[in-house]
Amino acid sequence: MEYIMIFIAAVFVNNVILSQFLGICPFLGVSKKVDTALGMGAAVAFVMTIATIVTFLMQKYLLEPFGLTFMQTITFILVIASLVQMVEIILKKVSPPLYQALGVFLPLITTNCAILGVAIIVHQKDLSLLNSVIYAISTAIGFALAMVLFAGIREQLSLTKLPKAMEGTPIALLTAGLLALAFMGFAGIA
Amino acid sequence: MSKIKILTNGLVKENPVFVLLLGMCPTLGTTSSAINGLGMGLATAFVLMCSNFVVSLVKNIIPDKVRIPAFIVIIATFVTIVQFCMQAYLPSLYDSLGLFIPLIVVNCVVLGRAESFAAKNSPVDSIFDGLGMGLGFALALTILGGVREFLGTGRIFDIAIYPESYGALVFVLAPGAFIALGYLIAVINKLKAKN
Repeated sequence: MEYIMIFIAAVFVNNVILSQFLGICPFLGVSKKVDTALGMGAAVAFVMTIATIVTFLMQKYLLEPFGLTFMQTITFILVIASLVQMVEIILKKVSPPLYQALGVFLPLITTNCAILGVAIIVHQKDLSLLNSVIYAISTAIGFALAMVLFAGIREQLSLTKLPKAMEGTPIALLTAGLLALAFMGFAGIA
Repeated sequence: MSKIKILTNGLVKENPVFVLLLGMCPTLGTTSSAINGLGMGLATAFVLMCSNFVVSLVKNIIPDKVRIPAFIVIIATFVTIVQFCMQAYLPSLYDSLGLFIPLIVVNCVVLGRAESFAAKNSPVDSIFDGLGMGLGFALALTILGGVREFLGTGRIFDIAIYPESYGALVFVLAPGAFIALGYLIAVINKLKAKN
């Protein structure tokens, strides 16, 4: 039951994009087509899960025992940056089709604040390793869900006539606002 | 380019939020009130100025291939300094900004200026660029925070303008951030088209 609650809370109630404002750059940048939105969502899910496990172990077995928690920000961002590089190299060798699908998105992920954000949040919330992994996967699913929903709306939106000043980012932000308003309806669940 | 021109470039012409559309996460996440927006903006401005200066000093020493990780380490150092200073001297602001302080590391404005300006220009010019861009960012966040606070609670910088019960609470919550920023950018597009 606890795991289901974490899942629902992370996907719907505290959606990473629409209520926590993490990962807005890819949300606005690569959400013009449903396909690319799905690709980005999958890549984020992949990296976020691995990054959370690695940074969790680093925090618990390296930073905390040696009293180095003030190095958290620096260590985490370096770990994530090198991890993304490593995942890219391994994927290229082991699974070329997967690399073809996710490859273009991987370099963009280093600067996706959702990855670093989740790595830090799990320590602020003091979750166990298993709960952290579930939290990371759920957050990534929430990210992908918001991306795909938004991309679907934007595909329709590109066919609509708009006032000149509203074209592009302003209308995208307004749409995101309405989507966030819809997601607020989930607030009562958990 | 003269120093003044570099400074005003970031403030108005290439405002990082309204024109370049960089650093959207803290822009939306921390602007529930004008004072929060200002605090976040100034923290980012400090990091931007210091990291621009240091990057510009070491630009000839760092090999080209590892420059991005090196820049990130420099930025993360200053972010940690800001984080601890704020925790010590401004605990209430630190609590309300929360997660977004460590996340200055991944703010694209900071890395973007290090890569596109500081890595090519002199240290003094880089300080001015960092200051201009940082103040532009702070200005944008303060405006957005002010608009949201005013529409949501009837206050600006905690000074009551009209009774709180007339405010539209949604502007302080998550959806209001997107909607307010969307309209602000639309207004700026309109003004730009006129000139």
